[in-house]
Amino acid sequence: MREYESNEQYDVVVVGAGHAGCEAGLAAARMGEKVLLLTISLDMVAFMPCNPSIGGPAKGVVVREIDALGGEMGRNIDKTYVQMRMLNTGKGPAVQALRAQADKYAYHAAMKDTLENEPNVTLRQATVDRLIVEDDQVVGVVTNTGARYRAKAVVLAAGTSSRGKIFIGELHYSSGPNNTLPSIKLSENLEELGFKMRRFKTGTPPRINAHSIDYDETIEQPGDATPNAFSYETPDADYLPVDKQMSCWMTYTNGKTHQIIRDNLDRAPLFSGDIKGVGPRYCPSIEDKIVRFADKPRHQIFLEPEGRDTEEYYVGEFSTSLPEEIQQEMLHSVEGLHHAQMMRPGYAIEYDVIEPWQLKKTLETKRIKNLYAAGQINGTSGYEEAAGQGIIAGINAALKVQGKEPFILDRSDAYIGVMIDDLVTKGTTEPYRLLTSRAEYRLLLRSDNADLRLTEKGYNLGLISEKRYQAFLNKKEAIEKELSRLQSIRIKPTPAVQAFLEAKGSTPLKDGVLASDFLKRPEVKYADLAQFIPAPPEKLDRRVIEQVEIQIKYAGYIKKQEANVAKLKRLESKKIPANIDYDDINGLATEARQKFKKINPTTIAQASRISGVNPSDIGILSVYIEQGKIAKVKED
Amino acid sequence: MPNRVTEYDTIAAISTPPGVGAISIVRMSGDEAVDIANKLFKGKDLTKVATHTMNYGHIIDPDNDNEIVDEVMVTIMRAPRTYTREDIVEINCHGGIVVTNRILELLLANGARAAEPGEFTKRAFLNGRIDLTQAESIEDLIDAKSDRARQVAVDQLGGNLRQAIRDLRDDIMEVMGKVEVNIDYPEYDEDQITLDLMKKTALDVKQRIAKLLATAQDGEVLRDGLATALVGRPNVGKSSLLNQLLHQDKAIVTDVAGTTRDVLEEYVNVNNIPLKLIDTAGIRDTEDKVEKIGVERSRKAIVQADLVLLLIDASTPLTAEDRELIDATKDKARIVILNKIDLPQKTTVADLSKLVDRDEILPISVLNNDGIDALKQRISAMFFSGIENSQNNLMITSARQTALFKQASHSLDNVINSVDAGMPIDLVQIDFTNCWEELGEITGDSSPDEMINELFSRFCLGK
Repeated sequence: MREYESNEQYDVVVVGAGHAGCEAGLAAARMGEKVLLLTISLDMVAFMPCNPSIGGPAKGVVVREIDALGGEMGRNIDKTYVQMRMLNTGKGPAVQALRAQADKYAYHAAMKDTLENEPNVTLRQATVDRLIVEDDQVVGVVTNTGARYRAKAVVLAAGTSSRGKIFIGELHYSSGPNNTLPSIKLSENLEELGFKMRRFKTGTPPRINAHSIDYDETIEQPGDATPNAFSYETPDADYLPVDKQMSCWMTYTNGKTHQIIRDNLDRAPLFSGDIKGVGPRYCPSIEDKIVRFADKPRHQIFLEPEGRDTEEYYVGEFSTSLPEEIQQEMLHSVEGLHHAQMMRPGYAIEYDVIEPWQLKKTLETKRIKNLYAAGQINGTSGYEEAAGQGIIAGINAALKVQGKEPFILDRSDAYIGVMIDDLVTKGTTEPYRLLTSRAEYRLLLRSDNADLRLTEKGYNLGLISEKRYQAFLNKKEAIEKELSRLQSIRIKPTPAVQAFLEAKGSTPLKDGVLASDFLKRPEVKYADLAQFIPAPPEKLDRRVIEQVEIQIKYAGYIKKQEANVAKLKRLESKKIPANIDYDDINGLATEARQKFKKINPTTIAQASRISGVNPSDIGILSVYIEQGKIAKVKED
Repeated sequence: MPNRVTEYDTIAAISTPPGVGAISIVRMSGDEAVDIANKLFKGKDLTKVATHTMNYGHIIDPDNDNEIVDEVMVTIMRAPRTYTREDIVEINCHGGIVVTNRILELLLANGARAAEPGEFTKRAFLNGRIDLTQAESIEDLIDAKSDRARQVAVDQLGGNLRQAIRDLRDDIMEVMGKVEVNIDYPEYDEDQITLDLMKKTALDVKQRIAKLLATAQDGEVLRDGLATALVGRPNVGKSSLLNQLLHQDKAIVTDVAGTTRDVLEEYVNVNNIPLKLIDTAGIRDTEDKVEKIGVERSRKAIVQADLVLLLIDASTPLTAEDRELIDATKDKARIVILNKIDLPQKTTVADLSKLVDRDEILPISVLNNDGIDALKQRISAMFFSGIENSQNNLMITSARQTALFKQASHSLDNVINSVDAGMPIDLVQIDFTNCWEELGEITGDSSPDEMINELFSRFCLGK
C-alpha cells in the first residue's frame, strides 16, 4: 500500500467508534481538542452487536456517572429507548438500577448525528493498520488506505474487531462483530510494540422475527409508568407513557431443549476445542449452562425487541455457537417459539485484548506514551463498561495534550473508578463485567447520587455547561436546606401523630422528636411529613426529596461507609515513587516482587489490592519508602 | 469484595506477660485510643487530661449497667511523643487473667482491634519513630509477623474449629450469594431471599458463634493458667493442701515460659487445667507465723485471682477472720473448702451454709486425702462449662480469635436489628458481609475476590 502524509491536523485520533470510542472522541473534542474518529464502518457507530439494552445493576450507575461527567450515553439512550424499567426497587437505595431497552438502530443514528454535529470531531471510515511510534511515544496512525495521520495522542477502542473470529458450529471465519471487517494488522502491530495480548471469547444469541412468536405462551414484561431517565438533563415531561413503550416477553427452556443441546455437544466449538479464548462466567452460552448446571430443569429466556422499525427480536440468555440447524431445533423446542423464524443465527466470537495491567489508571499504556486504550480491547464486556472507560481515556488524552494533571476516579468516587482500578491492579482472566458486589462502598456509589458525586468534576473539566452546573448547585442547596429544616422542626406526640403511627403499625411517640428522626422510621415516608409540619418554602423537585429521604433514612450506614473511605484515602495518600527499584528491597517475597514490577502500583493501597501480595510485603514496602531510601514524593 | 482497611485502626493488646506480677498493662494505640478508653473509664474525662499523665479511676462495662470491672491507673500519651507516634493509652490493672482479658475485650467491643503480634513496633516504625539501623531487624520482624506468625496462628486453630468456622461461612455465603444474585440479576428466577430468611440465618449462626465463644475463656485458661488464690487463716491447712496438690503429681509443676515466670508462682495441673497459685510463699509464711499478716496478704491475692480456694477449719468454730475472708471473696469464683472433716467438727456444712451458698461448700480432709478428687472435679466444672475433655479442640484460644468472633456476632446483631427496623435487603447485606469477612479473618480465608468466585460457581448467571 502506498502511504501518503495527510495534511489534516489532529490532537487526538480515536480508533473505533463503538461505545468507548464515541465517548472518548466527544470528551476530547468538547475539551477543545481536534479529534479524528476512525471506524471500520460508519454503519457501526455506537452499534449494539449483542443485546438491545442499556443499564441494569452497576451498569446503570455507570451510565449516570458518564452523564454527570458530561458524556453522551445517558442522553442518547433517553432519546432512543423503547422501554424503561427501574429494577431492584425494594432492595435498597444503593442497588436500584435503571435499565432501558434500546432501539439499537435509532441509538446508532442518534449518536452518529451527535458526532457529525460536534464541531471538533471528524468522523471517517477507515481501518487503522498501525501506530506511528517515535521514542516510545505515539505520534499518529496509518490506515489501510495509506493515510498517515499525525496526532498528539491516540485512543485505541477497537472492540472485538481485533483479530476477531466468528464460530457457528463447524463454520469459522475471520470477522468483526456482526459480520463486519476484522482488524488484523493493528493487533499484530501491538504485539510488535511489545504488548502482552490475550484471547477472549464472547457470544450472541439468534434473532427471530416478531411475527413468528406465540406471545400467549410467554409472559409479558412491560415498562414502568413512573418517569425516569438516565441523563440528569432529561425532563420527566419527555417520558414515554407505558402504551408508547414496547414490552419484552419471557419464556423458558425445557428438558427437550436441553436434550437437543446435550445430543449435539460434539458440534459445539466451545467443547470441541476449536475456541481457545476464555469466555465470561457471568454470561455463559446456553450450552455452557446446560453442562455446568445440569440439574437445573429450565432456564429463562427473554425476548427483546431490537427496535421500532424492525421485527427482529433478540433471544436473550440463549447465546450459542452450535450449528445453525441445531439452533433452529433448540428454538423450536421452547414454549412460544415453536414456530419461530430465525433471522440470524447466534455465534461465538474470539478476539484479542490487551492485558489491562499494562495500563495506568488514566488508561494510558505504560509502554507507549500518549497511547490510551478503552473498552472491550481492555478485556471488559458491556456497552456501559466500554463507554465508562471511553470517557476517561478521552478526558486524559485531552489533558495530556494540554499538559495538565491527569484525571483519575477512585474506588470511592465511582463504579468507573472501581472498574479501572480492578483492571489495572488485578488484570482480568475473563471478560470483565461490573457487578455491584465489586464495589466496597456501593451505598455511596448510588444511581441517584451520581450527579452529586461527579458533576463538579465534570464542570471543572469543561464538560458540563454553565446552565447545567447552576441547576446542579441549586439542587445541592435545596437538599442542604431541606435537611437542616427537618433537623430543626419538632413533631409532637399529638393525637393525629399517634393515630398515624398506629395506622402504620409503628410505635407511638413518647416525646416530641425532630422531623428528621421521625423520617428515620421505616414506616414513614417523606410525603407523610406534610400532615404534621409546614411545607418547605419552595416546592421541592422529586430528585431533591429523594436525596433528603435517602440521606436521612440511611445516615447510619452511609456514615459507616464514609468512615471506611476516609481510612482508605489515608492509605491512598501513601504514594509509591515511580522510580522505585523493587530489586533493591530486601525481604520481599518473590511473587510480590514480580507482581509489583509488573503492575507498578502507584499507592500503598493499590499495592495491597494486588492478588498474591501479603501484608508482610506491604509492610516491607512501606518501610522502604518511609525510610527515605528513595526520594519521597509529595503527598496530596 | 473489599479488603478490610485495617491499617489505621486503633489497636489494643495486653502488653505484659499473662498473669505475671500484680499489675497487667493493656495498651492501645491509634486515633481513637483516648475516646475508647474514656467510654469505659469512671474518673476524670480522659479526653481533657494533659498528655503523659496517669489517672486513677475504674474501668466500667457500659453494656452491663456500668458494672465496675477493675480499679485502674490509666496513662494517656498523646501523639507524637509516643512509642508509635500515635495516641497511646495504657491501662494498668490488677494482674488476673480474667480481669485483664475482660478489659481487653471491652476495648475491642468498643472500637479497638486486637493487635497482631509485633504491630505496635510495626507502627512505630511505619510512622518513622524508629531509625534506619533499628529498622533492618524489624523488617525481619514484620516478615515473621505476617508470614510465619500468622501461619502459626492459623495452624494453631484446631482442625475442628477451622471446619466449624468454614461451615458458618458456608451457611452465610449460601444466603449472601443469593442476595447478590438477586441484586445483580434482578429478573432471574433464582429464589428471592427474604429478610426473614436472612434473620433466621443470622440467629442460627449467632447461636453457633455463642457456643464457640463459650469455649474462649476455657481456651485462655488452658493457655495461661488460672490465677488461683489459696486463702484461709493460719493453720487451716493451706500448706498441706498445696503440698497435696503438688506432690500428688510431680510433673504438674510447669515452667511455661521459663525464666520470665515469677519464681514465687507454682503451677498445679488439675485435670489438665493449669492452676497458677498466687503467692505460694505467702501461703507458707502465714502458716508458720501465728500473726495477723495472713489476712492482709490474702486480700492482695484475692484481688488478682480468677479462682479463690478459701479454706475453713472444721475442727474449730468460725472466727472473725473466717467471716472476713468469706466476705472478701463473695464476688469471686470460689470454693469454700471445709477442711479437717476427719476431726470432731466444730464447724459443719450446715453452719457454713448460713454464710455461703451450699453449692460453694466442699468438705474435705487433706490428711486422709479425702475429697481431693472432688475438689479437682469442682474446679474443672466451674471453668470448663461441661467440656472438660481438653482433647476437644473446638476451642478458641486467643484474644484475637475471641475479638473477631465477637465482632462477627455483633455484625449479626446488626443484621437482626436492621431486619427488625425494616431496612432494605442491601443494607442488611452490609453487616452480613462483615460477619462473613470477620469469620474469614480468623481462618485466613478472606480474600477480596473470593465472593465473586463463589457467586459464579454457585449460580447459573447470564447477561
